Amino acid sequence: MSQTRQSPARTLAAHAVLILWVLIALFPVFVTVVNSFKSKKAIFTAPLALPGPDTFDLVGYRTVAQQGDFLAYFQNSLVVTCLSLFLVLLFGAMAAFALSEYRFRGNTLMGLYLALGIMIPIRLGTVAILQMMVATGLVNTLTALVLVYTAQGLPLAVFILSEFMRSVSDDLKNAGRIDGLSEYRIFFRLVLPLVRPAMATVAVFTMIPIWNDLWFPLILAPSESAKTITLGSQVFLGQFVSNWNAVLAALSLAILPVLVLYLIFSRQLIRGITAGAVK
Amino acid sequence: MARQRPIRWHIAVFLAPAVLVYSAIMILPLFSTLNLSLFTRTADGTAFVGLDNFRTLFGDPRWSAAFWNALGNNLWFFAVHMLVQNPIGILLAALLSSPRLRFSAFYRTAIFIPTILSFVVVGFIWKLILSPLWGIAPGMLDMVGLKGLFAPWLGKEEYALTTLALISVWQFVGIPMMLIYAALLSIPDDIIEAAEMDGITGWSQFWRIKLPLILPAIGIISILTFVGNFNAFDLIYVSQGALAGPNFATDILGTFLYRTFFGFQLQLGDPHMGATIATAMFGIILVGVCIYLFGIQTRLRRYQF
Repeated sequence: MSQTRQSPARTLAAHAVLILWVLIALFPVFVTVVNSFKSKKAIFTAPLALPGPDTFDLVGYRTVAQQGDFLAYFQNSLVVTCLSLFLVLLFGAMAAFALSEYRFRGNTLMGLYLALGIMIPIRLGTVAILQMMVATGLVNTLTALVLVYTAQGLPLAVFILSEFMRSVSDDLKNAGRIDGLSEYRIFFRLVLPLVRPAMATVAVFTMIPIWNDLWFPLILAPSESAKTITLGSQVFLGQFVSNWNAVLAALSLAILPVLVLYLIFSRQLIRGITAGAVK
Repeated sequence: MARQRPIRWHIAVFLAPAVLVYSAIMILPLFSTLNLSLFTRTADGTAFVGLDNFRTLFGDPRWSAAFWNALGNNLWFFAVHMLVQNPIGILLAALLSSPRLRFSAFYRTAIFIPTILSFVVVGFIWKLILSPLWGIAPGMLDMVGLKGLFAPWLGKEEYALTTLALISVWQFVGIPMMLIYAALLSIPDDIIEAAEMDGITGWSQFWRIKLPLILPAIGIISILTFVGNFNAFDLIYVSQGALAGPNFATDILGTFLYRTFFGFQLQLGDPHMGATIATAMFGIILVGVCIYLFGIQTRLRRYQF
């Protein structure tokens, strides 16, 4: 290691600043989750205290369970996110393979065309997307959301995956060709397993904005049967705005699944950001 | 090789699904939105009006006041991100990358948590915390003896937009932190060693050696922030509603587009004016991206290690 002089005071200061920001980052989440387990009176009299035996109360969660159709919303979100993710990864990897493996006329142009969507947000086409979905009768269906999110996720997926696929050894693929494997088998059997870490990175990047999106559910699928959890909790929070227990419980329920997933996949995510930025 | 190749159908098969979905759902609607902005609704269908909608948007006082207000607010929203989010992100990354720092994985993971939360959650949590009813914010200011500073920030015209921008900064500071952190890690050890041989350490090492080397990463962060901010909608909608209150003080282009497209209160939704605003946003983002690609990125010196 290169560092020779790292004074204790400097290290201490670094820790102090980082801890301060960790507190700032986590405090709002902490306050919400803690207060969701308290009675209404305790929420207001001692908002910063942990729930004790006489202040512990699950009334907020009961309200959410009775009023909101959260299980259905959750299921919708899960279906939309998983399907979009699957399509983004499959189509994205296929296109990335074509772009990185074969030399054909228009290769660079096709790469640029697909990369356009990284910079230009898909939301700007919303007016026409809605008209198209109305015309095809897909409004208020999960299919509409899956299609939109697949298109939204593809540019970045193709970009990242083709960077990674360039590093897969040619010898391996040529050995496969000599053994008589078709191009499809080379892709599915040889290349895909090798880029699995990159796929995980793309998956995390694609998943978070889809799960959290409010714009397209609000515009394309606001009906009760197609509501996602993000839109559902937004509507619920608006209706129960004065019922603090219910609001805090709903917020905690919205945070927890994402938090658990994040803690499981945070290494992939951080590795992905790190690898992407070095390029 | 001059070998005659048969048509390689597999290339088309590999490309087709991605290109079809992307073209049909993203590129086509984008261009038909641009096209829609050239028409207007009449009694019997639609009529071509050329650039009239843009003349209305920029010139007609009923529209232009709202548009320039939203654009101005959006610029301020962006400025707060550039002045607060990115410096904090760089500072945190610089601290995180100091060698042999303990718990750095924990810090990284914890600071990134707000970024993964949805706008609905973030908007509501902060609304609750800043609410004078609950009293968390005034109570905490009281603890440090600054209770007099408290105001219902989200409800005051002069503070609401800045408050929302700072909430957004709180949520997204993890992204610049991560990207800069990665850039700092990729600086080779021998450069740092050479600097230390010359007696350049600590902050002067950061300013004189590391910062010039991470400028490309800062450029990428700036353009990502720009595109993200000029496309923002959710946070404002969740915490202030489609009317972006108080009195449109927090109205940005995203909420303006939503209101125009869908209508609100007594005004009916207008897809053509909505498309006009979307086109204006497209133009703004395109100008920003071009300035970055041709004005900034090409001038940044890249160092090959």
